[in-house]
Amino acid sequence: MNNKLTNQPPKWANRFLEWYCRHDLLEDLQGDLYEHFDRNLTSKSLKSAKITYWLDVIKFCRPYTIRKFKIVNNINSIVMFKNYFKTSLRSIARNKLFSAINIFGLAVGMSVCLLMITLFMEVRSYDRFHEDAERIYRINNIYQSLDEDPSYFASTSIIAGKRLQEEVPGIDASVIMRRNFGGDAKVDDKVVPLSGVYASEGFFDVFSFKILRGNGATALVEPYSLVLTDETASKIFDEGVDPLNQIIKVNDKDFKVTAIVEKPPFNSHLKFQSLASFSTHESQEKERDNNIMGWTNMWMNYCYMKLAEGTTMQQIEERLAKISEEENEKFDRIKIELTLQSVLNIMTGPDLSNQIGPSIGGKGLWVFGLLVFVVILSAGFNYTNLSIARSLRRAKEVGVRKVVGATRSQIISQFIIEACVISVSSLVLAYFLFLVLKPYFLNLAPEIQQTLHLATEPKLFIYFFLFAILVGILAGLFPATLLSKLKAAQVMKGVSNTKLFSKINLRKVLIVIQFTLSLVFIISASIAFKQYKYALAFDLGYKTENVLNIELQGNDADQVKSIYEAIPEVSEIAVSSHLLSVGSRWGADMKYEDPMDSTTLWYASIDGNYIPMMKHRLLAGTNFDQRPLQEEESEIIVNETTIKRFNVGTPEESIGKYLKVDDKKLRIIGVIEDFHYAKVSESIECFGFRYQPKEVYTINLKIASPDLLGTMEKIASAWNDFDPVHEFDATFYDEKLQKAYSEYSVMFTLVGFLAFLTMTIASLGLLGMAVYTAETRVKEISIRKVLGATEGSLITLLAKGFMWLLVISAAIAVPLAYYFFDNVILQGAVNRASIGAIELFGGVLIIFTIGFITIGSQTWKAAKANPANTLRNE
Amino acid sequence: MKGTNLGEFEEVVLLTIASLMSDAYSVAICDEIERITERSVKLGVVHAVLNRLEEKGYVLSQLGEATKVRGGRRKRYFEVTDAGKATLTKVKEQRDELWRLIPEFNLKMI
Repeated sequence: MNNKLTNQPPKWANRFLEWYCRHDLLEDLQGDLYEHFDRNLTSKSLKSAKITYWLDVIKFCRPYTIRKFKIVNNINSIVMFKNYFKTSLRSIARNKLFSAINIFGLAVGMSVCLLMITLFMEVRSYDRFHEDAERIYRINNIYQSLDEDPSYFASTSIIAGKRLQEEVPGIDASVIMRRNFGGDAKVDDKVVPLSGVYASEGFFDVFSFKILRGNGATALVEPYSLVLTDETASKIFDEGVDPLNQIIKVNDKDFKVTAIVEKPPFNSHLKFQSLASFSTHESQEKERDNNIMGWTNMWMNYCYMKLAEGTTMQQIEERLAKISEEENEKFDRIKIELTLQSVLNIMTGPDLSNQIGPSIGGKGLWVFGLLVFVVILSAGFNYTNLSIARSLRRAKEVGVRKVVGATRSQIISQFIIEACVISVSSLVLAYFLFLVLKPYFLNLAPEIQQTLHLATEPKLFIYFFLFAILVGILAGLFPATLLSKLKAAQVMKGVSNTKLFSKINLRKVLIVIQFTLSLVFIISASIAFKQYKYALAFDLGYKTENVLNIELQGNDADQVKSIYEAIPEVSEIAVSSHLLSVGSRWGADMKYEDPMDSTTLWYASIDGNYIPMMKHRLLAGTNFDQRPLQEEESEIIVNETTIKRFNVGTPEESIGKYLKVDDKKLRIIGVIEDFHYAKVSESIECFGFRYQPKEVYTINLKIASPDLLGTMEKIASAWNDFDPVHEFDATFYDEKLQKAYSEYSVMFTLVGFLAFLTMTIASLGLLGMAVYTAETRVKEISIRKVLGATEGSLITLLAKGFMWLLVISAAIAVPLAYYFFDNVILQGAVNRASIGAIELFGGVLIIFTIGFITIGSQTWKAAKANPANTLRNE
Repeated sequence: MKGTNLGEFEEVVLLTIASLMSDAYSVAICDEIERITERSVKLGVVHAVLNRLEEKGYVLSQLGEATKVRGGRRKRYFEVTDAGKATLTKVKEQRDELWRLIPEFNLKMI
């Protein structure tokens, strides 16, 4: 027997045959195939016989064997479609509360999905405007020093680009670029700040930026050629002046304008105001005697290429691997690998350092996508859940339809159409919610604003619609298959004994999943919020209140200082190289007595006012004397960690000792208490304040006035009088700190919002279930009441089941969220807020309250009802 | 008129059906042709030809009794109709006519 079963032709092949074959031909044909199969079994293995069977089935798929899928059937289904549509509308209208819950829940979930679709399509559209964009690639570097983890860079070395151009065949065009071209552009008396990139002459062969004037092929050949965008040109030149061939002074060098291009479109990852010829950079560096061709000089340069048709990425990568192998031989500690990345993947691809412009990064997109998926999943569960619960009411309808002759597939399509009607109506509501959400989302972080517009193009509406249909199909599929399984005879006899009730467990599971997800979201949001508050309230070790930082933007520090000394509200003035505690760090090499023992000294350059103004605590020694800034560096003030690192002794003992910083001997004149110069989440290492007059870029003002805004205005107007060219760029220290921790704030706003959404959706679902339970058990409740049950006991009876579900969700969600944050997100952060009971159980409490109110209100209503009214009809 | 002509393979199949008498069903036809012509014949091709012959009205088919082999599927037995017989005879006559017209020496092997 067993043997006979295993020696059967493949089941799926048979099904396929039965599906496509004409019925009058099927039996004989299948018989023939069986006979062949048996024959094959004697000569071949079972497996090959099965494969032959499959092949035969496919081979028999000929015009004359294929069943006619009758047109009559199609007309019928169109007629039926109208009927389905009508029934759907009626059933939606009949159950107003449930339809409202479904439509609103789905709309809430779908609104964030619309956001996601728009975001995704916009990111995907990046760089597609280039001709043959799919053939444009960029060289990325993977840098590995000794045994450290490799780091990934979007930049590469110039020599890699040059060797590519000279040695590698199969490339139509290539361009080498370098960022950080810029300075003040001067024409006559007009000064305009200008930024841009250096680019070699292949630029316009690789990219398809639109050239408005001039010749793209020759524009970037000569040194000191400059290509401007139309926007920049109109800023620099008066109207009516032809910018082409004009001379502009940039950083006191004459540049000739050789072409005007259209401003790079929004969806270009590469944005620039101007392009200087790469030969400019080469000749400048040659004058300074710098070797720019180093293999490890890979931090500022970019190389893009357009492959010839027929060349594959692998061919080029093989050649690049050979180049990097040759070059790596010259270094024993550093390994650099060259890889290719399609220009179309730059916005969505992996996170790389040294990007030429802002990029979203694939990781963030995926995380966001995943979160949004969870929300829509929850909304879909609602629909499925409520539909199954309500299906009892529809069972009779299904039975009648089946008796009249509906096939199973027709029943399925009916219920799926109903789900689609609901989801499309949700789409309309979701679109309005989406319009409301959009500006909030764009304002979450400056990076988002720079890279995204979220413009809704007509094409997107098609995607929205398809998405709504898809949601409808997925949400409706399960209830539809369940209802279509009903047997007509059974339903007509009486619905109560049908199998639908056995799906109660499934519904419970869905509710538990929904609430678990909401809880995880809520807990995550509150942990992120606590971390953010913790970082902001953290005692950095110095005072940042009312300190305004102004970027000098190339102006002389003393001159700027003198204009602010005149403002009475400014009580103290200091200058420094950069802001501490907000993320950026400057480092230098440092040694003490042992020449072999070196470490990194993180430092800031300051003047004598800085330490008293910021209230750093000196443990020993003195502050820098307030001397003119032009003096040569000879002194340093270090933190406690530094003297401990080199075992110099107590703070008092270390005064007067010498440290070697970047080969300069500096005398320790003071020791300050350790403070958090880097972000709070990082540990404290060696740090020092240096008195380096040439390295100051920021002026710090302490404002002693209750009217901060008014003072700020005064300061701004003083700046504008002094330097009309550069825009006034000032921020309060506290503001800067908030920005530095914006990753937390973005996280908790986003997750918090999603938590709110999933919770709304889940509560709506719970409300629906509670209403339904109360409705179906109304007679039972009345009888219990008549027999003497108290209202309290009835409420417990009804609510108990639901509360258990909530308890189970909490039991899953709390450890899950804790584990996730403790081991994944916050791992590696040195100073972090502990995850306390409030964060973990606050969410649980909220969910329980909401759950109790929803369930309680319904059960209370049911328990309060007068049994006489409900039992009258029996 | 389309469909009245008999192709070479169709002729072979038709003749095989006639020769197999009451045992003419697809797999047997297939085997018989393989045996006589010594070329491999695909079942799918035979099926298609049988279908075409039936459309042209040269063969008739009916399902036989269910048996235990073939997964319980019945066989479809074919027999040549009068129209089929007439066409076969006509084809043979045409051939014979041509044979007669050939001068004898012309076919002698050298």
